[in-house]
Amino acid sequence: MKQIDMKEIDVNRLEVRHLSTFFDTDEGLVRSVADVSFSIRPGKTTALVGESGSGKSVTSLTLMRLLSRTASTQVSGEALFTNRAGQTLDLLSLPEAGMRRIRGNEIAMIFQEPMTSLNPVFTVGEQIAESVRLHMGLDRAAALAHALRMLELVEIPAAAQRLKEYPHQLSGGMRQRVMIALAMACNPTLLIADEPTTALDVTIQAQILELMRRLQAETGMSILFITHNLGVVAHHADDVAVMYAGRIVEAAPVRELFAQPRHPYTQGLLACLPAQQRKRELAGGQAGGKRRLYAIRGQVSSPLAPPPGCAFEPRCDLAIPACREAMPDLLAAGPGRSARCIRLEETAVATVEAA
Amino acid sequence: MSATMNTPLIEVKNLQRYFGAAAKPVRAVDDVSFSIQPGETLGLVGESGSGKSTIGRTLLRLIEATSGQVLYRGEDLGAASSSRMRALRSKLQMIFQDPYASLNPKMRVRDILGEALQVHGLAKGKEARDKRIAELLELVGLRAEHASRYPHEFSGGQRQRIGVARALAVEPEFIVADEPLSALDVSIQAQVVNLLCELRDRLSLTMLFISHDLDVVEYLCDRVVVLYLGRVMEVAPTAELFAQPLHPYTQALLAASPKPDPEIKSERIALQGDIPSPVNPPSGCVFRTRCPHAIDACAAARPELRDMGHGRFKACIRDDIANAVPAAPALMAA
Repeated sequence: MKQIDMKEIDVNRLEVRHLSTFFDTDEGLVRSVADVSFSIRPGKTTALVGESGSGKSVTSLTLMRLLSRTASTQVSGEALFTNRAGQTLDLLSLPEAGMRRIRGNEIAMIFQEPMTSLNPVFTVGEQIAESVRLHMGLDRAAALAHALRMLELVEIPAAAQRLKEYPHQLSGGMRQRVMIALAMACNPTLLIADEPTTALDVTIQAQILELMRRLQAETGMSILFITHNLGVVAHHADDVAVMYAGRIVEAAPVRELFAQPRHPYTQGLLACLPAQQRKRELAGGQAGGKRRLYAIRGQVSSPLAPPPGCAFEPRCDLAIPACREAMPDLLAAGPGRSARCIRLEETAVATVEAA
Repeated sequence: MSATMNTPLIEVKNLQRYFGAAAKPVRAVDDVSFSIQPGETLGLVGESGSGKSTIGRTLLRLIEATSGQVLYRGEDLGAASSSRMRALRSKLQMIFQDPYASLNPKMRVRDILGEALQVHGLAKGKEARDKRIAELLELVGLRAEHASRYPHEFSGGQRQRIGVARALAVEPEFIVADEPLSALDVSIQAQVVNLLCELRDRLSLTMLFISHDLDVVEYLCDRVVVLYLGRVMEVAPTAELFAQPLHPYTQALLAASPKPDPEIKSERIALQGDIPSPVNPPSGCVFRTRCPHAIDACAAARPELRDMGHGRFKACIRDDIANAVPAAPALMAA
């Protein structure tokens, strides 16, 4: 396998190399994450984008070692994390005790559904205090005082009162703020945010994204942002990795990705958005008359019966017989860019046209 | 759209739907009025708790209105007897949000579609029914042999196609589509949007399209009703609404929705706080507690939906506020 851009290795906050997570199920081996490599720069946001089943959440759970350790789960690869002290550790081979020191401390995580990820029988304050007592060795009173500062940090009104409330007493947006307060409590260097705004209304989503942006600017933490929302990616990521069927099919800085996507899947994903369709219509002087949206045909193949070559080949407009022969490598596609496609010369000029 | 002179297919008048105890009700829908012209697709947008799904269900009498009227071709649906309502249901259909929950897992596709035909006495006899089922499946882009399968054998997008086929089986005039895309992946959403557009044009359907996805609403709808906390904030033709939103809430909603293009820097109108409780809504204008333009008078009386000309209406007393800069002026040339 070709290595991409190795020169920045020692400065990246996280360097994931050839990460694979397979599940041995009764129906056969499911390759949920296969040969995934990406990096996150200090103080920057890398977005992992993909549709359901693309493996983006399994990637984050594997990195945090939150998958249940059974014989049926097979993990391989490296995840080199550089901690506050400048030491580089492999998250995947670290002993469990070492991992516990990192989890919730150096690396924190926020989830999609704040109601199910907060404990319903403890107050908000107790939950935040628990992690700072564990990781920062504070006593109960000091930990609660710290929890209060955290709630103020995430702009929760009447924080002193909220500290004593239970999750069910808070709105969805407030719960997600509590989740962020909990994640920020030990001043993490890396925040993994798995669809943090998907369950929220759009005006509340804007508040939460603004908050995350502010906290990142203040603390210099890196963010791994997992989402399917391309609008959020466009405005909140620095680098983007697009996943399809367990693999990264394209990686690029955000502006380059949106300006000129190179993988046919990324091209299709952007083209099928109504907003992009309108832009094309107007650019082409066809304003007024509504045309069909571009649609990627078919659906994702079953992970139990993947196609022999490129996973996207059955749905791809540019597929040729060679695409069926072998899984393409991630090939360099310009500065800081790569794409898993053997037809990159063609995709550089291809414009997706509605049928 | 110059449909304003025609008789509306659907007319909603002062619709109210309260839930819970009469003393302290949840005002899910509070005095909502709008009409839908034949052939028109009306978008109903708003955040959670704005009452959009409740309106959709009340329209088809899946839940009863607390007060107010829904007229279908001038006939008051609330006054229709249950047998009359059953007959009318073949004209009024619904596509649901969750294609996993809205299909009976124990029924084959043939029986799911066949039941709709049977209830309304259409395509009688096995041969005619099988033929009609095959037609319907092909209409929504599935194959005739899919009739013998169960829902679990299909992907999410395919299930939503079955949901569409079931709604169309009885040859309706009017369809309520309640967030039909939100359970689907982006690449599948485009397929279903195209299907809905195509069927609407081919079968001259009138549609109420309920969604929180403003991009899809802009693409699919002729006119849009913007709801907040059970009340109508603004009504406007789609192009005008997106080019120049008049109500501060619409302005904030459009600004908050991130465009999938890093080069578009939208004007941020950050709304403070949460949506208030519908049990205890603010006095006067329900949006005033989060509105950047609120003044004392906003608390005094409930703002009427005023005619602003060109088919536009807004429920806001302030005409002196600057209209928000559209997110992407270059894209609004149409």
